[in-house]
Amino acid sequence: MIEPTILDAKEIEINMGPQHPSTHGVLRVKLKIDGEKVRQAECIIGYLHRGVEKISENRNYFKCIPYYDRTDYIAAVSNGLGFILGVEKMAEIQVPERAQYIRIMMTELNRIASHLLWLATHALDIGAMTVFLYCFREREEILKLFEALFGARLTTHAFRIGGLWKDLPPGFVEAVKKFTDEFPARVDEYEQLLTKNRIWLDRTRGIGVISAAEAIEYGLSGPPLRGSGVPYDVRKLRPYGGYENFEFDVPVGKNGDTYDRYLVRIEEMLQSRRIVEQILQKLPSGPIRGKVPRVLKPAAGEYYSAVEGPRGELGYYIVSDGSTQPFRVRIRPPTFISLQVLDRLVRGHLIADVVAIIGTLDIVLGEIDR
Amino acid sequence: MVNFLKRVFFVDVLAGLALTLKYTFHRVYTEQYPTEKPKLAERYRGAPRLNNDPETGETLCIACDLCAQVCPEDLIVVGSERDPDTRKKVLTTYTFDTSRCLFCGLCQEICPTNAIELTQDFELATYSRRNMVWDRTRLEQGWDRIDYGADRETASGRESSRYERKTG
Repeated sequence: MIEPTILDAKEIEINMGPQHPSTHGVLRVKLKIDGEKVRQAECIIGYLHRGVEKISENRNYFKCIPYYDRTDYIAAVSNGLGFILGVEKMAEIQVPERAQYIRIMMTELNRIASHLLWLATHALDIGAMTVFLYCFREREEILKLFEALFGARLTTHAFRIGGLWKDLPPGFVEAVKKFTDEFPARVDEYEQLLTKNRIWLDRTRGIGVISAAEAIEYGLSGPPLRGSGVPYDVRKLRPYGGYENFEFDVPVGKNGDTYDRYLVRIEEMLQSRRIVEQILQKLPSGPIRGKVPRVLKPAAGEYYSAVEGPRGELGYYIVSDGSTQPFRVRIRPPTFISLQVLDRLVRGHLIADVVAIIGTLDIVLGEIDR
Repeated sequence: MVNFLKRVFFVDVLAGLALTLKYTFHRVYTEQYPTEKPKLAERYRGAPRLNNDPETGETLCIACDLCAQVCPEDLIVVGSERDPDTRKKVLTTYTFDTSRCLFCGLCQEICPTNAIELTQDFELATYSRRNMVWDRTRLEQGWDRIDYGADRETASGRESSRYERKTG
């Protein structure tokens, strides 16, 4: 009798990650495969845990802000904004209009930068390297704007409680205008490379399909939810920080596959550009920082503030006990919740499609592990 | 029919190739980093510096300890003693641990005299951990860091750099 070997096994368990380039960080996926077909995927996370929530319990509200840039480091501006809006809600701090407008402008530029990084790496995973280089070219322009205004490119520490650190530097509005004018032509270039390309279509169409009802059940938000046709956007439904003053559309997909999520994100970049253009047209003048007490002691209570980050609903649940430090901060990270759908999406697909599906969820491990 | 012909003649792929071909004749975007130093924004938060009064040469720091209190990582230590004649606090030591610094800029924001400042200097790599803790002299004068050969001729009075010695 012949001993059964690994070749006779019906199911083989393999590891993908944590040091796999397409897992976008340190995600480990245990795949049960049958030949090339994936039967099951189990995500193992926690390799990048730094305890940001716990750190916040030992810092006062001003000191907490830089740490939130480091949760989702690709969208540091949105992350900081979410926490700051929560604290402002707690302490009832009024933000001047100019500061609000600049905040929205920078958050939308951050959304474009984040989606560009997503498109670049997603295309690179699937095999289109040129897109990667072109996207990083435009992202670089945005990072230069961040550097000029905030003083840092990635972990920006963008906003302060009550407003901004400093007003716009000279020449900044012109630089943003130059970017928004050029940007649609650049998006056309990406689309020329991808949207009708047969390889791209084969690799993305019908891959990782999720229906609208199921997406809601899983608690998805952001592009993974909108790709399935649900027009859920916190900016529209619960406007915060002045979003009600601007016109923009919420793009939705139809089939809920990887290709639709790609189209949704491309359209979102253009919509973000539209918001930035509106801000440039009616940027008010005035102070950039409201009145903030030197010792901030919000009244005891529980507060939730949610913003629409590039990856979905980014919530901050802050509990105050009336002292200068938060009693507890809980982040609702959008990609932590979209990652749990991975197992459902990859079943029955090939191993190469797992890479595409991880890419389309646009995960950031800094945010998942916190 | 049109779609079929487009598919047969690889129109979708050729469109992409035409775009990449166009960029062959385009200006190169790459920055030649070690040889060409990038020009950073004025507000960039890099290496810390403790400023002296340009006229008298004395330190601007009044040892108020605000930077140490506002630092999220508690990495600034301000040492001071009280001058018996003037009854004022005088700065004695100042250490800044760059290995733990978040470069959030809260210290320079709160400083009432613009003494502590984060500069555009961003090359902070060093060979030992001990070198990352900056004392007062280094904060005031900058540090003799590794020169990667960008402007070797113009570097005033600097002997061959450590990098050169390492690579022979």
